[in-house]
Amino acid sequence: MSEKKKTMATIYIMGKAYKVPSTLTIMESIEYAGYRFIRGCGCRGGFCGACTTFYRIKSDYKLYVDLACQKRVEDEMYIVQLPFIPAEKPKWDLDKMKPTTDEVIRVFPEITRCLSCNVCTEACPQDIEVMRAIQAIRRGDLEDAVNLTFDCVACGACSIRCPAEITHYQAFQLARGLYGKYRTIPSKHLLKRIEEIKEGKFDDEITRLVNTSTEKLEEEYKKREVEK
Amino acid sequence: MKKMEIIEGYPKYIRESIELVEKTRDERLKHTFKDTYRFLTLEERNEVLLKHHPDYKRKMKRAVKIGPNKGDLVPHEIADLLEAHPLINPKDIDLSHIDYDTDILIIGSGGAGLATALWANKSGADPEDILIATKLRLGDANSKMSQAGIQAADRPQDSPMLHYLDIMGAGHFVNDRELAKTLVMEAPSIIKWHEDDLGVIYDKEQDGTMIETLIGGLSRLRVHSCRDYTGLEILRALMDKVLNLGINVLEFSSAIELIMDNRGQVAGAVLWNMETEEYTLVRAKSTVIATGGFGRLHIQGYPTTNHYGSTSDGLVLAYRVGAKFRDMDSVQYHPTGAAYPPAILGLLCTAKLRGQGAQPVNKHGEVFVNPLEPRDVEAAMIIRESYERNNGIETQTGMRGVWLDTPMVDMINGEGTILKAFPAMFRQYNRQDIDIRKDPILVFPTLHYQNGGIVINAKTETDIPGMFAAGEVTGGVHGKNRLVGNSWMEIQVFGRRAGIYAAERAKKAKLGKLTLNHVVKYEKVLEEAGIKTNRRSPVLLPNYKEERVLSHTIKVF
Repeated sequence: MSEKKKTMATIYIMGKAYKVPSTLTIMESIEYAGYRFIRGCGCRGGFCGACTTFYRIKSDYKLYVDLACQKRVEDEMYIVQLPFIPAEKPKWDLDKMKPTTDEVIRVFPEITRCLSCNVCTEACPQDIEVMRAIQAIRRGDLEDAVNLTFDCVACGACSIRCPAEITHYQAFQLARGLYGKYRTIPSKHLLKRIEEIKEGKFDDEITRLVNTSTEKLEEEYKKREVEK
Repeated sequence: MKKMEIIEGYPKYIRESIELVEKTRDERLKHTFKDTYRFLTLEERNEVLLKHHPDYKRKMKRAVKIGPNKGDLVPHEIADLLEAHPLINPKDIDLSHIDYDTDILIIGSGGAGLATALWANKSGADPEDILIATKLRLGDANSKMSQAGIQAADRPQDSPMLHYLDIMGAGHFVNDRELAKTLVMEAPSIIKWHEDDLGVIYDKEQDGTMIETLIGGLSRLRVHSCRDYTGLEILRALMDKVLNLGINVLEFSSAIELIMDNRGQVAGAVLWNMETEEYTLVRAKSTVIATGGFGRLHIQGYPTTNHYGSTSDGLVLAYRVGAKFRDMDSVQYHPTGAAYPPAILGLLCTAKLRGQGAQPVNKHGEVFVNPLEPRDVEAAMIIRESYERNNGIETQTGMRGVWLDTPMVDMINGEGTILKAFPAMFRQYNRQDIDIRKDPILVFPTLHYQNGGIVINAKTETDIPGMFAAGEVTGGVHGKNRLVGNSWMEIQVFGRRAGIYAAERAKKAKLGKLTLNHVVKYEKVLEEAGIKTNRRSPVLLPNYKEERVLSHTIKVF
């Protein structure tokens, strides 16, 4: 392919201008500029929320939020990272709680201060409907809150923007924990298998496999049928 | 300069190949998963691996010159770490002032480290007496990035024996059999623990039946998942529990050397504050290495799916106190890493996509591999197709890849499946203006997993008293090639065991006088072997500064 020459973009890292190739992510562009991360960089794959980045684009009043490892740079982008959200992690004990939204509100009473302004949703780099999830908790729909927030990477952008000072991502963790522990239906086949293993149903057979020769093991491996 | 025309994420010339993929799709949809392409025999597997898998490429490894694995072949990148000077000079460390005195020190906070902490606590260790030291934030680990799922043979059609056979066959029959047995026999109880104690939300049918997937190398539908955020869902539940219990956590504190005592036991570690650059000393009766793998060493220059801190620090620390490794010559390249666009190069395209019907096809839209082959075989076949057979698609950066026909997922399982079961994959590509429901994606093998590592027994004990190890940093259970979904199960089964046995040991262990003599000795061994180098290890983090910047760097303060 002939297009070897890179197109460049100008970005402003905390106000200071750097020219970087426009194919890079924000994270790569910061490294290209010469920084080496300790904070603000985690999984580099969009799963951990360490690289939350706020930015504006020239001539656009809006404040945007995205993950630096996933978002590509744009020309005239003003960026700052927010790798840590100051918030205390309240402690709870799922064993002593009930699977209700009341419990979530008891631990996070700020939820009732929600103004429905929706800046949390606007701020979410995962496009989660954060405010809807908070409202689901307020109206008692634990399941809805869980499903809406399953993709949360706890970057905390919502909580930094929230005028009611809710720490959404923590409340959602509690909601999911309660739902997962109490509201999902146990798998009969799982419980049965655990019982069978406990009773020693497979002991002889598995011991035989462990002690058999490699040749015989290869034979059995080849013979096994693939399901479906 | 003329800008290349991009249509919905792809340049025009690549779109022409997509049209060919679309042309053959209807015909391909008629075949079930199993008979898309015939399986290779064991002999054919070996042939394609020898010729095309990066592990079998010559000159990419060398024999280690020193230590317990002297003479063994390992990738140059690993040999470089082992044949390097320690970061500390023992003379600079004052062992008479201990900062943290604890029963159990856990190095690493991925799935293995966190399970260790929780089960040490369940086995009687007070949260006060457990300390987790971690290089970055709590939970910054590959565990969090795992998408496809976790294996447990819990369906009536399945059995621990089949799980065992699948593991052994994929691992080329050299696995530690006792470890493999332990994994398959304890797997179902881990799933129950996740649900009952942690509230993990697994994908289930209305009646509670687990939704499980058949993925490469397996003989049964066995991979449990939490959409395609499996690692995130389990890990955040583990993290939450650790924090709720008040277990001590030191973030941004890398272990840079182990501490021993005069009785030859491991007795803690020297930690290094990544930000203030000061050292702190931890004395511990049991030390658990749970530091994960080596993706960020970029073996053979491959891009990686791994998180920023995957630099195999634990291997280095363990080697310096005399622990032995196994299978360090084998590296896992995940068959389907993103090959396009450059911004997401090397990131994971989960195996679950293939499990749900997405088929790898070449630039002509032809099938060339059965997606149910084990990972190393499929990776080698993709490399062969891209290069030797020249049926790959070349991107503007010179990167080659084959298609993963993702639109098939919705066509086979019903519209909406991708949005429901693959939110992470959809989001990742959507950010790059590619809709994986409409268009296939370009993939090529990417550095994914450290198959080998520290030798342990089923109690997770290493050869050195006082030192336990669990997870990716260890070797044995997967032999020379890991199956999908077995890493998450491994870190839970052996993390749990590490917690139990580390707690047991801590109850009766007596420590002697602390020493860093092993570090002094290591320097001597380097000298005697004639190794002259400026390299120092562990490396802690990769350095992605451009040569342009590095060549002009001046260290002033």
